[in-house]
Order: sequence, then structure tokens, then C-alpha cells
Amino acid sequence: MIIDIVKFIEDEQPYWSELEGVLMALGRDNTRKMDLHEIRRFHYLYQRASADLGKIMTFSSQTGIKNYLESLVAKAYCEIHETRIHSKTFSPRRWFFKTFPRAFRYHIKAFYLSIAITLAGCIFGGLAITLDPDSKAIIVSFEHLTGSPSERVNKEENKSIDVSGSGMLRFSSQLMTNNINVAILAMALGMTFGVGTIIVLFYNGVILGAVAIDYIMAGESVFLMGWILPHGSIEIPAILLGGQAGFMLADAIIGHGSNETMRKRLANVSRDVVTIISGAALLLIWAGIIESFFSQYHEPIIPYSVKISFGIIELILLSWLLFRSGVDKKEKPGFKEG
Amino acid sequence: MIHNRENTLIIETPEGIEFSIRLAGPIIRSLAWAIDLACISAITKILSSLMKVFSIISVEFAMAGLVLLYFLVSIGYGIIMEYNFRGQTIGKRMFNLRVMDIQGLNLQLHQVIIRNIMRPLDKLPSVFYMVGGLTCFFSRYSQRLGDIAANTIVVWNTGVNEPDLDQLLPDKYNSFRDYPHLVGRLRQRVSPKEAGIALQALLRREQFDLIARIELYSEIASWFKNIVEFPQEAIEGISDEQYIRNIVDLLYRSENKKA
Repeated sequence: MIIDIVKFIEDEQPYWSELEGVLMALGRDNTRKMDLHEIRRFHYLYQRASADLGKIMTFSSQTGIKNYLESLVAKAYCEIHETRIHSKTFSPRRWFFKTFPRAFRYHIKAFYLSIAITLAGCIFGGLAITLDPDSKAIIVSFEHLTGSPSERVNKEENKSIDVSGSGMLRFSSQLMTNNINVAILAMALGMTFGVGTIIVLFYNGVILGAVAIDYIMAGESVFLMGWILPHGSIEIPAILLGGQAGFMLADAIIGHGSNETMRKRLANVSRDVVTIISGAALLLIWAGIIESFFSQYHEPIIPYSVKISFGIIELILLSWLLFRSGVDKKEKPGFKEG
Repeated sequence: MIHNRENTLIIETPEGIEFSIRLAGPIIRSLAWAIDLACISAITKILSSLMKVFSIISVEFAMAGLVLLYFLVSIGYGIIMEYNFRGQTIGKRMFNLRVMDIQGLNLQLHQVIIRNIMRPLDKLPSVFYMVGGLTCFFSRYSQRLGDIAANTIVVWNTGVNEPDLDQLLPDKYNSFRDYPHLVGRLRQRVSPKEAGIALQALLRREQFDLIARIELYSEIASWFKNIVEFPQEAIEGISDEQYIRNIVDLLYRSENKKA
């Protein structure tokens, strides 16, 4: 049976045009608020267009009008059925002191897993250097770390003072971007069921453990702490946060013990993944600045006690931010399912 | 939601109405990305020229700024464009593509961020998008890893142009209308599918070669002649194409409109 397509268009066209007008207005201004009357009218127009689409699909093979109505209904559908929270005002302060630490705490188990894998890497790297000192050249590929720790300390402590900080700004920006890329990679590799994230964290741990043991065995523990702590107290946890985000994705992909679909599980964690990786990126910006302008200066320019104290204070503040900031009385510690 | 062979995503609304969204494949997406890459390069080039001005004051500052700006542009381009322009970058706009939520809903900021920061993984190895391309090729909804993580899809952004029936069927005299009983029989016997084929044959007239068109119209006209036979005086001197136009006119237009 064929419907009278022209009469159908003539009757319904005003409603379609009206709906199109509402959708265009919404498209121009995302923050536009409709009053109750407008919302009712919008809903009516959507339902009418949906009904028209139903008719045209049943009674005719008129693809042009079908496409037109499908396009209208699809656009109206996403406006009407969007029920997810959409915050119109963004407060950086609230985000940094509440949203970010809360997201971190909700998925704390993934963070502990990051720590465990990095520590395993540290132990492996430390043991490798202890048992086979020649392996240092293979494990630690950075040129300035392959030589003798004592020689480096001597060189660093006796180098001429460059108060202009030449090259430091560029070095700082390179550190920031490189470290943020590592954190993002650790997160993204969560999509490989977490295998890639484990490799990145373990490898970082191996280098860290190897360098640490190398300096400790050479009796340069104080230099090591003075060099690593000011930036490492922020940088290392930030990379671990990247790993945490990666394990959150991996957990959603694997879905062990969950009855939800993978799509639903990913939807549940994706907002927190973005929050945590953004927080990690911010921390790495700070770490990049400190590493360039503070960590690279040693005694006698800056006493090690000052550098170590600075690093410890940073670590305490970071711990407070992540574990205590924005704590809700109703908030339950531990892993939040969904 | 149902996925069929035509590479479309069908969404069923709570009102019980289904609408389809045509998914974009890896080839067209890679072309759009090539345009975006050119845009990123152009923006970086402009910014590096601007940073040269700063190098008069401090070369160090200019170099550091350049490193940071390149990083921000390469990551921020997709995020800013897709969030502010309803899922479209310049490349996607050129190829009429759009990113959207897999449930047909509006894109959320965290979805845009996650699908864009996953690019380093999709780009592997190096910048060749092998991982993303293969995932897109084998994925049920043509999604790369970033899309899977963000629950997004890339679709063809279909236009909303109404078909102009008056242009297709100008107000000419239709000799078949002199036989209302045959018109009634035709409307009763012709299926929607047959009517649709006739209409589509006319709509796509310019897409056919001359010979192919003549053959096709001849076949369609014969088909309808077998359904209802109009008297010789009504069909005398009219081509197969005009025969189909008359049939479509009868099937799709009301009596009142022609009166």
C-alpha cells in the first residue's frame, strides 16, 4: 500500500521545520535552557517526527524523506535522551582538590597494583646491578648514568655555577612533554588487557632500582636522595597514576566478575580515567619545572638537606592531596565498582 | 542495537522507532585524518613563526614555548575541534564525517579527551596507525582503540535535504488518469518495493549511461505493463521513461493535487 506522499509532506512539513529550528537553536548554544512549555513542545515534535518516521518506513520506500526524518529524529533523540551529568561550570580548584583525589581513591586498588609492579621492577633492577654490575650498560641507557656514580657526583658538585639557567627552560619543557607522554602511554596500554601497562611500569621500575642500587653501593645515597627526591616525589607517583588509569581500563576490558557489558564497564570508568590522567599531567608539569630548576643544582649551591626536605614536604603534600583532600563522610575507601 | 552488513548502526528509541546511522570505515577516516594532520602541521608552522618573534627577546623562551606548543596542538587539536564543533574536525567536516556517542547521544568532554589521548597507541607502529586501522577494520562498529575506550563511533553526517517531488514530476498531463478504475487497480497491486524501484530509477536518472538507462527503463515499464494494462490510446507515443513517470505520478500523488 502506498501513502499519499505529497499530502503527507504537506501536512507534516511545518512540524519538521519547527523541530529543525529548535535543534538548530540548541546546536548554536549548548547552555540554552528551555522553559517547561518549550520542553513539552520539543518533546511533542520529537514524538511526532518519530511517528512520521515509523509511517514512512512501513508504507513507502521513499529513501529521501526517510533519511531526512532519520536525521531529525537522531538529532532530537540525543538531546532528549541525554541524561548524563553535564556540568556547565568548571571550577579548577574544586576539580583539583575534590574531583581528582576522589577519583584516585575510588580506584585505589589499581594504584596499589601500579606500585607493586614498579616495586617488582625496582627489585629486579637492583638485583641485576648487584649480581652483575656489567648489566648496567644494558639496563640504564642514559649516557650520564652509565659512568661511575662517584665520578658523576664529583663532577656535579664542582661544575661552574650558571645562574642564568641557560637551557633549563627548554629542558624543563622537554621533560614535561616526555613524562606526560609516558603517563599517557601507560594509561593507553591498559587497552592491551593491561599487559602494556605492566611492561611500562616494570621497565620504569627496573631503571629506577638499578640506578638507586648503583648509587647506594657507591656510597652516594645522600646525593641520590638530593637529586631524585625534589622532582621524583611528584614524578614517580604521577607515572604510577598513569599506570592506575591503565589498569582501570584493563579492568573494564577484562570485566572479571562483572555482569555488565564491556561498553558499560568502560563508560563507568572513562570519566575517572580522564580525571586521573589529567591530574597526573598537571603533577608532571610541576615535576618538570622542579627537575630543571631545582634538582639539577647540588651542593654547594643548594645543600642536600634542603633538597631532601623539599622532596619530603612535596611527598607529604601529595599524599595529603590524594588520600585526604575532599574526603566525603559518606565516601567509602577502596575500589568502587561501577 | 543491531549491526547489519551495510555497516550501519541501528538505534531503537524508547518510543519503539528505529533509525540507522551509517558508520565510516577506516579508509575514509584515514583520509580525514590526513587533512587534520596537515592542519596540525600548518598550525604548528604558524606558531613556530610567532615564536621566532619571541626569540628576539629570549631564544631559550622561544625554544621551550615551541616544544610545549607542539605538544599542546598535537593533543589539543582533536579535543578542541570535536568538543566545540559537535564531533567534527576540519578533516571530518570535509569528508562529511562526525564523531558521536555509540548510543546516539551527545558527546561528553571526557569521551572526546579519552579518544584523542589514546591516539599514541592507535598510531603504532610509529605514526602509521596500524593498530588503529586494524582495530577499526575488524571492529564491529568500525572503532579504533580510542573509540572503544571512549564508547564513540565515527559516522557519516547525513544531510537533511527533502526530495523535491515537484521537480521530479512536473505538472504535465497524465493520460493514465483518464482511467480511474485502472489507476485504482494499479495502486492496489503494486507493492511498496516496486513503487520504490520506479521512483529510484527516476531519481537516479543522471547516474546511468544512456544505453543502460534505456534498457533499465524498458524493463521497469514492461514490469508495470504486466501488472495493469492501460488501453492503447493512453500509452500511444509515450516512451518507457514517460510511462514510468506516469506510474510514479499515480502511485505517489493524490488526485486532489492534480485536480
